[in-house]
Amino acid sequence: MPDTPAALELRDVAKSFGPVRALRTGSLRVEAGSIHALVGENGAGKSTLVKIVAGLYRRDAGDYLLAGEQVDFRNTADAKQAGVAVIYQEPTLFPDLSVTENIFMGRQPTNRWGKIDRAAMRTEVVELFARLGVPIEPDRPTEGLSIADQQLIEIAKALSLDAKVLIMDEPTAALSGNEVDRLMTVARTLRDQGCAVVFISHRFDEVFALCDTITVMRDGAYISTDPISAVTEDEIVQRLVGREVSNLYPKLEATVGKPMLEVKGLTRTGLFHDISLTVREGEIVGLAGLVGAGRSEVAQAIFGVDPYESGEVILDGRPVPPGEPRRAIEMGLAFVPEDRRQHGLVLDAPISRNITLPTSGRLARTGLISTGIENRSAADWAARLEVKAATLDTVAGTLSGGNQQKVVLAKWLSTQPKVLIIDEPTRGIDVGTKSEVHRLLSTLAQEGLAILMISSELPEVLGMADRVIVLSEGHQTAELSREEATPEAVMRAATAHHSTTLNVSEAS
Amino acid sequence: MSLLAEKVEPRTYAAHAKPWWQRTLMTRDAAIIALLVVVWTYASIVILNFSDPITVYFLVLDITPILLIALPMTLIIITGEIDLSVASVVGLSSVLFGVLHREGVPMVAAMVLALLACAVAGAFNGVLVTRFGLPSLAVTIGTMALFRGIAVGALGTTAITDWPDAWGDVVQARIGDSQIPLMTVPLVVLIVIFAVVLHFTPFGRGIFAAGLSKDAARFSGVNVDRTKLILFTLSGLVSGLAGIYFTLRYGSARGDNATGLELQVVAAVLLGGVSIFGGRGAIPGVIAGVVLIGTIGSALRLDGLSANIIQIITGVLLIAAVIAASVLGWTGRIVGTYRRHHSSEEPSSKQSPERKRSE
Repeated sequence: MPDTPAALELRDVAKSFGPVRALRTGSLRVEAGSIHALVGENGAGKSTLVKIVAGLYRRDAGDYLLAGEQVDFRNTADAKQAGVAVIYQEPTLFPDLSVTENIFMGRQPTNRWGKIDRAAMRTEVVELFARLGVPIEPDRPTEGLSIADQQLIEIAKALSLDAKVLIMDEPTAALSGNEVDRLMTVARTLRDQGCAVVFISHRFDEVFALCDTITVMRDGAYISTDPISAVTEDEIVQRLVGREVSNLYPKLEATVGKPMLEVKGLTRTGLFHDISLTVREGEIVGLAGLVGAGRSEVAQAIFGVDPYESGEVILDGRPVPPGEPRRAIEMGLAFVPEDRRQHGLVLDAPISRNITLPTSGRLARTGLISTGIENRSAADWAARLEVKAATLDTVAGTLSGGNQQKVVLAKWLSTQPKVLIIDEPTRGIDVGTKSEVHRLLSTLAQEGLAILMISSELPEVLGMADRVIVLSEGHQTAELSREEATPEAVMRAATAHHSTTLNVSEAS
Repeated sequence: MSLLAEKVEPRTYAAHAKPWWQRTLMTRDAAIIALLVVVWTYASIVILNFSDPITVYFLVLDITPILLIALPMTLIIITGEIDLSVASVVGLSSVLFGVLHREGVPMVAAMVLALLACAVAGAFNGVLVTRFGLPSLAVTIGTMALFRGIAVGALGTTAITDWPDAWGDVVQARIGDSQIPLMTVPLVVLIVIFAVVLHFTPFGRGIFAAGLSKDAARFSGVNVDRTKLILFTLSGLVSGLAGIYFTLRYGSARGDNATGLELQVVAAVLLGGVSIFGGRGAIPGVIAGVVLIGTIGSALRLDGLSANIIQIITGVLLIAAVIAASVLGWTGRIVGTYRRHHSSEEPSSKQSPERKRSE
């Protein structure tokens, strides 16, 4: 280890949210004048780490040093003051204000009469952009600027605050090829001027082209740090995944029957493109990819809560009309959404009403429905799923995450579906309930249900799915059989640029 | 589906945490009905002539338009929207009805045409809210001015007062020798229809779900936009009905009929226990709210107080009702939190009431 203190150093930083330990041993050492890559799967703890550095969260334990000095930020303003700046994927600027005004928001220089000194502001901004080597008009409003330009404005703002540590949190996710090149040039310029730059990205080609050092995180823990020249892409992928994926997932043998859900060429500009997939009776198909790859958007379009521009959805041989969830439900489609609290449940309504909401039309045989009918139907399904609650008029929002998910599952299984789409089946629920949900999905598949499962947790996908379809940036980049679906193959396809649809044999 | 069929002893749940009398009596509906009974009894004893059947007769005729419009308004507010254009639709209906009658259109045809126009006016609100995603508060403030402008513009300051006596008599008729207005019959029928739709149909379940969580409702197959469009159309239609009633009762079609009525309607609905944030409310409470406002107005008028004082008292009552609701919700949350902390989420199935699914 060099004698000079690193520009940014974290040692065994920990952070918990209630019972969830988001970060256990967060360690990172970034030298001044270098670009440092931070990589990890979704949920590895990168974002938590960044938020601690930025002063958004306070750590529970561990050391946080800037240039060798212990620091403890109460808020983001403290962090900015100390020279730490974070550039997010989608900057938040004031759209009606000019570029210059945005850069100096809240700290405009004044002349001796107390009036804002516009000339001084403008001069400094011109200087900043010259330093970055980017031509942006200082007087134009930020509205209408591309995300790439908005990020550059954030960088200029950081520089004007004399930032010594610059963290870029997945800055390239929303950028085009040229814009990525320009951002990389700016990052190199900053490095050469002595900044410590942390670059977070899922795209390994960029990481290897740009960075000097690479740190891998997994499950909230530090794994390794190496000079970029000393590791290969395959080694990094292995470390990212590196888990045993076998017994936690009770996969039962099911007889695969006829196709139940067929999606053909589903497209919505900017979100997903030409998605085609088939799910058969008794089959669990995993839909894998990184956050933002368009998986949930595809699922919501299939179900009809979101529109699509072209393509078709066929359920058990019959076309599902677009944009009509009610019809889709009647035809036998069920959808457990990712966001349980926002989309899955009416939090303020009782368990019974939640379970019977999609079937209320069916329950009202005479056109009328009563609390008694609802309770009988709900009790049946709540019992089968072992929802833990004393009474069925308990408000759904007061249940634990795992119990809420059981209510959502009870609600959808009570519709007697032929196809179940389940988005992040075990997000935010405890380990015990997790395995219950997995066992349930296996049992359902065995009974002939066709299941399309979206999951960001690789072990879950690999443990549960008969087939894995991988999306990257809205494009289908691979379709892997259970044997072909190794963690490496999925991660590769998930981080691939869509232009290069991966050949399966090459990937595994 | 044979899922988990092998389980010998399925778990059972009590349908309700509280006994039926608590669920019935400890509600905002019950509170407002109780308040109505208290005010009514007090007025009967203290105010001369209040208990006279003729007072009741006029009370019912007076509150009829508010009661009518409060029905669809309740449903709209439960979905989380509001319709402030209702009183202007009353004016529009009155003027259209009047003009058609003056031009020689038969009474029934004129009524039907006026009602259709009002339904279209309501649907116009609904389309702006659902198709274009505009806030109903802003939309209906706009159409409140628009519809009123059209109504007043069509007739100016004149009124059409040439109505066949027979029609006015029907509206003001009594049942037999009693002092109960004939109007009570269609009114009760409408109340029952709205109560059943809201509380005992899948459509009504969708209304509540939409008000509590628009997204969750949509993700459960509730067509939230269509529901709202239907309700706004219904609101226009019923307001049109109120306009025809207004015209016939007073024998006068005017553009400024029922000006300001929307505030009384909204006040009565909120007083009746409907949450302005949507998702909560019930028809019995709303009926009590309307009758309470009517009773207070009627009693104070009989007591010789001026309209200004009556307005002040109604306003204070409304604010008190809203505060009471917040305080109730607040204490409810505190009690709920306390319960959750002191008996875990699952009060281990042994000690939980082992009542089988009742009902």
